[in-house]
Parts: sequence; structure tokens; C-alpha cells
Amino acid sequence: MSIPTIPVLRKGVEYASYDHVELKSVRTGEVIARVAQANAALIKRDLRRLDRSCLAGFSVTELVAMTKEAGRHFMESTLPVGDQEQTPTDYIHQLSETSGLPHSLVRRNMAKIHQVFTEMETILAGLSRGLGLDVLDRLYGQQNGIPVAYFPTANFLSVVLPSNSPGVNSLWMPSISLKTPLVLKPGREEPWTPLRIIQSFIAAGVPAEAFSFYPTDHEGSGALMEVSKRALIFGDVSTVQKYASNPGVEVHGPGWSKIIIGNDCIENWREYIDVIATSISANGGRSCINASTVVVPKYGREIAEAVARKVAEVFPRGPEDPDAILSGFANPRMAEMMDAAIDAGLQTAGAVDCSADKHDGPRKVERDGCTYLHPTILYCASWDHPMAGKEYMFPFAQVIETPQAEMLEKLGQSLIVTAITNDESFLQEIMACPHIDRLNVGALPTSHVEWNQPHEGNLFEFLYRRRSIQWQHQPAS
Amino acid sequence: MSEPVSQERIDAAKAQLDSHLVDVINWHFSPETGSPFWLEWAANAGWDPRQEIKTSDDLIKFPHFQDEWLRDEQNERWVPKQWTGRPFVVFETGGTTGMPKQRIGWDDHKFDYEEFSDHLDDEFFPKGGNWLMLGPTGPRRLRLAIEHLANHRGGSCYHVDLDPRWVKRLIADKDFEAAKKYKRHCVEQAAVILKHRKISCLFTTPLLLEALDELINVPDAGIKGVFCGGTSMTPQTVRFSVEEVLDNRAQFVPTYGNTLMGLACSRPISAADKYSITYHAPQPRAVLRVVNPDKTEETVPYGEWGRVELTTLTKEFFMPRFLERDEAIRREPFGRFAWDGVAEVRPFGALSSTTIEGVY
Repeated sequence: MSIPTIPVLRKGVEYASYDHVELKSVRTGEVIARVAQANAALIKRDLRRLDRSCLAGFSVTELVAMTKEAGRHFMESTLPVGDQEQTPTDYIHQLSETSGLPHSLVRRNMAKIHQVFTEMETILAGLSRGLGLDVLDRLYGQQNGIPVAYFPTANFLSVVLPSNSPGVNSLWMPSISLKTPLVLKPGREEPWTPLRIIQSFIAAGVPAEAFSFYPTDHEGSGALMEVSKRALIFGDVSTVQKYASNPGVEVHGPGWSKIIIGNDCIENWREYIDVIATSISANGGRSCINASTVVVPKYGREIAEAVARKVAEVFPRGPEDPDAILSGFANPRMAEMMDAAIDAGLQTAGAVDCSADKHDGPRKVERDGCTYLHPTILYCASWDHPMAGKEYMFPFAQVIETPQAEMLEKLGQSLIVTAITNDESFLQEIMACPHIDRLNVGALPTSHVEWNQPHEGNLFEFLYRRRSIQWQHQPAS
Repeated sequence: MSEPVSQERIDAAKAQLDSHLVDVINWHFSPETGSPFWLEWAANAGWDPRQEIKTSDDLIKFPHFQDEWLRDEQNERWVPKQWTGRPFVVFETGGTTGMPKQRIGWDDHKFDYEEFSDHLDDEFFPKGGNWLMLGPTGPRRLRLAIEHLANHRGGSCYHVDLDPRWVKRLIADKDFEAAKKYKRHCVEQAAVILKHRKISCLFTTPLLLEALDELINVPDAGIKGVFCGGTSMTPQTVRFSVEEVLDNRAQFVPTYGNTLMGLACSRPISAADKYSITYHAPQPRAVLRVVNPDKTEETVPYGEWGRVELTTLTKEFFMPRFLERDEAIRREPFGRFAWDGVAEVRPFGALSSTTIEGVY
């Protein structure tokens, strides 16, 4: 098979840019694809002319049905990638080669994305709190007997995607059913998944004009953000800070997801080791919904040792090994920087690397030409330690001992908190805590997703705003 | 695109260059005509260029010109003896703070742009048409040169005030919002002038042309020809400007130039040639070589990347072997240019470092 050229899509039309970057295998250095690059001014020019008309003629019900059909295409069909075709097997191989994800993780992410396609009606119900789908067609209607009206906040939704995990694409997929065209800027090493999702939608009958796809550089990303009224962006702490005061931008930064165990459950800590380990290492530890801190009232060291033993079962395997969970790094320098940062942090007394004696060799290893970091569990004696609260893009967490009464004040912003407690008064305090985005009550992994429970912002509320409405003559519903 | 040049024409161009070179060397290094700077330089160097420089191949006997001299020397030291006391114009280049580098001149810029004018297409740059200069102004050679070009072609020139050093400073300070605001400020002024005056020709930079497109439809505003330069441009940038910003209705003429050289013209650009841009120096008044950056006396083979080296050869200004901050691909002679060209110019080390080119 010759090397595919991943195209720029301008309202669904392929544009053969003269600028390209090469996408190489993280394992062999072989060129896997050429990726066309959109120049910044081209993006701005296109977005000035983009409107919602291409989806306006469809009902939400029709779009939901097409989305479901798109899920079948995503899993089964041969779909175009620029000048070539891509089978599902090609997709798994290509994504694995350029991202370092093992095939098993790509398949799991495919399954997650497939669920988003097929569960769209449930997802929309969760996002809109059960609003009738016809309300979005007419932009007015009734909910629980009360007149409601909504208006769209933007002509399109822009998304600046990361390369860390294909699963993040699930966040923007409801936009089509919400009748909002998409403008996607893929992550440098991961153009495969958003493009395959787009092609699946198109194969299912969604107008190609609803999709603009702009692989581009930093300047192009900046241009896209500059002209978008509504944008999702994935990034680090600096990205979060940059857009913190911009209501038109929803930033997906580090998750700082956590597990807390209450006084009432701590004596049973051995029962929760599997849930803790899964929360840390699911999806190779690459997601913001992976736990990076475990907060316990006592037995901290024992829990850290037990979790370290459990996550040591996750180690580098070949890309096609069905048991592989750990992902290689597309950029080995990132692994080097994380490894060095952890070692530097451990120079300060008060933290122990409980994984150090549980994996073969050093933390950073190479296998099949790919750089990996072994799962790493630290025990931190206090929140004052420099490693407390740190989050990295591999299975990494600290266990910190904290009296229950101080837990919530120490918690900080947390995308997911799994609270293992049956103490009603503690649960009430947790419910009132403003820093928790999604709360799992009980021994549920932080990575557990229920599709009617949106997290990381609410796309419906981002793309539509409620308008007060008063009728002289109430229309028939 | 290939338009080969006969060996006869190449030899003739080389002979013309060598003859011009000998005249210029004699001018700058003769006590009766030379400038204090070059006469003193030759005395210290211990060799007489008049005796040793007979062809352009001999130019490598000169070390690289140090552009700091243009900052550190008093400008009177560059005045050829025969022109002592004749007021000169001062053009500045580079820098953001401190003493700028300066080049003096009298008529070189006029001559460069008159020659350039001879090759402009009257259909797109109509004689008598007015120009708008949306580019660096102040003590810039380009500012006077574009006005002269407009006048030479029978038109007048409108200007927008633009200080590129301020833009560079904002970018160096990472104050990108202020840089954007300043760009907008400049482009808005241009849009107002285009709306209220009859203007058919535009000089601007690639980024300012794109920014202008955000405010107005450039060809609809009456612009028939755009003369573009000031920063590097990729084939994709050129294609976007030609096909989309100008909608194939106005002609796009890219140039490569600076205060020290003058103006290098581009071969005609076309979609068939994938908008590849190759520039040719205004030989014999300037010579561009693409050299091995590690061994600059050697030119790289045709088709290969190297650093751009500029030699300026006029009676007003002699500047041997100045290493530009650009790299390019060396190209064969082409069409009316019977000497080497430089293609796909980009900041030197563009693939391994960040260079501030400005947002202007």
C-alpha cells in the first residue's frame, strides 16, 4: 500500500494543499502518511463564510438516526483517507504506528466511540435534561409543561484536538445531532480518528459540508481559535489559563481526577485495589479521566504498595499483543522529561516510589523501538510534597494520607472524583464541593462512563442558549 | 516549468557582470573615486582588489561583509570621494532597539524600480494608476522606492504608516494581542483609503494582504495588481493569495529584496508550476549565490538548499559577500534571467529554529 495523503477538508471538499508534514511510525521511523497542512489565512477565510444551513434541513431525529448508522460505518466500512481507502484494520494499524497505542487500546477506543454513535439519543437526553428532540428543530416548545425556547450560539463548533487518546473525539460528536457544523484541527500524531469519524458520518448521509478538517500548525490553530465563537481546545495548564476568562472556549486540560476513601470504608481498603488500579491504568493512563491522586485517611503506604503491585501487571508489550494496555510515547522526549521530573521530585524527602522494585529495569524502557514508562505509584506523606497532585500521561498516581475532615479542602479542581464512602454526612459535604465536575459514588473506576451523564462541560448548553419566551397565543404543541 | 537559457546568453551575462564588477571595484578602490571606508579597508587588508578582482569568481577573495559596519561607521565614510558633499538619502534596515544599520544612497533605488517597472504588465499595473503602499514606512528604502515606482509609471502613491520595528518588539515580548491590534490598525487604514480613493496597484506583504482580505474584497476594491514582498512566502501562501484573496482577477507579483540589495524579480508564477517562486538578482548590480553554509566559498549544486549570499555592486554601494539570514534552493538560469536564481526562500535554519519575521 502506498503512503496516504491525509487531506484538508473545506466544507467537506478535499483541498490539495502544497504544504505537508510527514507522519512517521513511532516504532520504525517509517513514513505512514503525509498530512496536508492548511495555512492560517485559509482557515480564517473559510470560517468567515461558514453557516449552519447544511444541517438545517434535517430533523434532530434524522441526524440521530444517521449518527447511529455512521457508527456501523466506523466499525465496519472501508472509508476514504484522501487518495486511498482505509479498512478498520488499516485504521487500527495506522493509528497504533503513529501514536504508540497498542492495537488493543485502539480497539477499546473504537468501541467507546461506537457507543457514542449508537447512544446519541441517550447522550442528547443527558445533555439537555430530557428536552424533546423536536424542540431543537423548531427552537421552541415545552418541557415539563413550561414554554422553552433556545437559540444557537454559533454557526459552527471548532475543536482543537490532542493526540493522546482517540476517545476524546466522543466529546464533539453530538455537535452533528445538535445541527452544528464542525471544524476540527486534529492532533499532530492523530489525524486518523477524527477523519474516520467524519467519513463515517458522510457515508451515513450527513452532508459533507458539515465537516471542515484542518491539519495545521500552531499559527493555524491560533487563527481557528481567533475566529470561532464556540471552541473546544485540549491542552495543558497554560492553555487552561489562557482561555479561563473566555466563555466561548471550553478548555479540556489536565483532569486531576481522584479517588477518595472515607473513614467508614478504609478498613476494607484491600477490596478497592482493583478499582484504584483500573482508574489509574485504564486506556494506558492517557486520559483526563484516569485517577492521578488517591486520598485516604490511613494505610497510605500499604495501599500505595498494593496498587503498585497491581499496576505492575501493566507493562510494555508488543503492539499486537491482545493484553497490551500501556502505550508507547509518540515523542520519546516527553517520556524523558516526565521520567526526569519524577526523579527530581523524589529528591525531596517525604515521598517513596513504591513501583521502583516492582517493574523490570528502570521506569523508562524501550521496546520494539518505542519508549515506555512503567506504571508508577508514589506514596506521599503530605500534600506539601512537590509530587503531590502531579499528573502525567501514563499510569501514574500518588497515594496521600489525609484526615477525612481535610480531604475536600485539599482536593482542588477535579474532573472526576470516585468517593468510596457510605457516610451520609461526608457524602453531603462531597455533594456540596464545588471543585468536582463528575462524581462517582461508590467503588466505580474514575474511567467509568454513563452516557446520560455529561462531563467536561455540557455541549448542548455550550451550543444553545435558552431564551425567555412569552406568547400572546400559545402554539399547539 | 522550464525555460532554458542558451549557453551563449549565460556567457554574455557573465561577461557583462565581470565588466561591471571591474568598473565598480576600480571606482571604490581608487584614491580618486573610492570611499574612505573601502580605501582604508584595502590598505589594512594588504591586497589591492583592483589588481586581484577581475571576474565574479574572484569575489571569494573578499571576506564576508559585516553588516555591523553599517551601524558602527559614520555614513560619510561610505561616500565615494567624487561625491563628497553631495547630500545622500539614508535607509535603515533591521533592528528593534539601539542604533540601526544604515545604507546611504542617491539614485540606486530609483534605477532598480525603473528597471522593475519595465517588466510590469500594464494590464494589471496600469500606467497612470495610483498605488497604495501598505508596508514598512519611515526610514525604509521601500517606502521611497514604491512612491518612485508609482510616479515613474504616472501615478501617485498613498501610504499607511507602519513601523515594523514596533511589531518585532511586540512579538519578541510575546505581546501577540498588541501585535494583532497594530496589524488591524494598519489594515483598517488601508481599507478606508481603498474605499475612498481610486487605486489600482498595491504594494504589501503576504500577511498584510491576508489581513486586508479579512476586511475587504481586494479585487472588488479596484486593485488590479499586487506587488508583494517583505517576508518569505511558501508556494501555498502564494497560491492562496492568487486563487482566493485575489480570485485570479488581480495579478500577484512576488519579489525578494531588502535595503542592501534592491529588488530581485520573480519568474512568472503559475498553478502549473505549483506556485514555486524563484527570484533572480538585479544582475549585474547585485549577485545572489546559494552557498554551502559550512563552506561559504562553495555554491551548492542546482536543486539543493544553501544559505543566500548577496554581493551588491553599484557605484553608490559596494557590499561583497554578505550572508543573508535566508536559505534557498539554487536554480538554473531562466527566461530573461541568464544567471542563477534562488528558490523557496525561507529564514535560515527555519526548520530548526524560530525566526521573527513579523506580522506585518
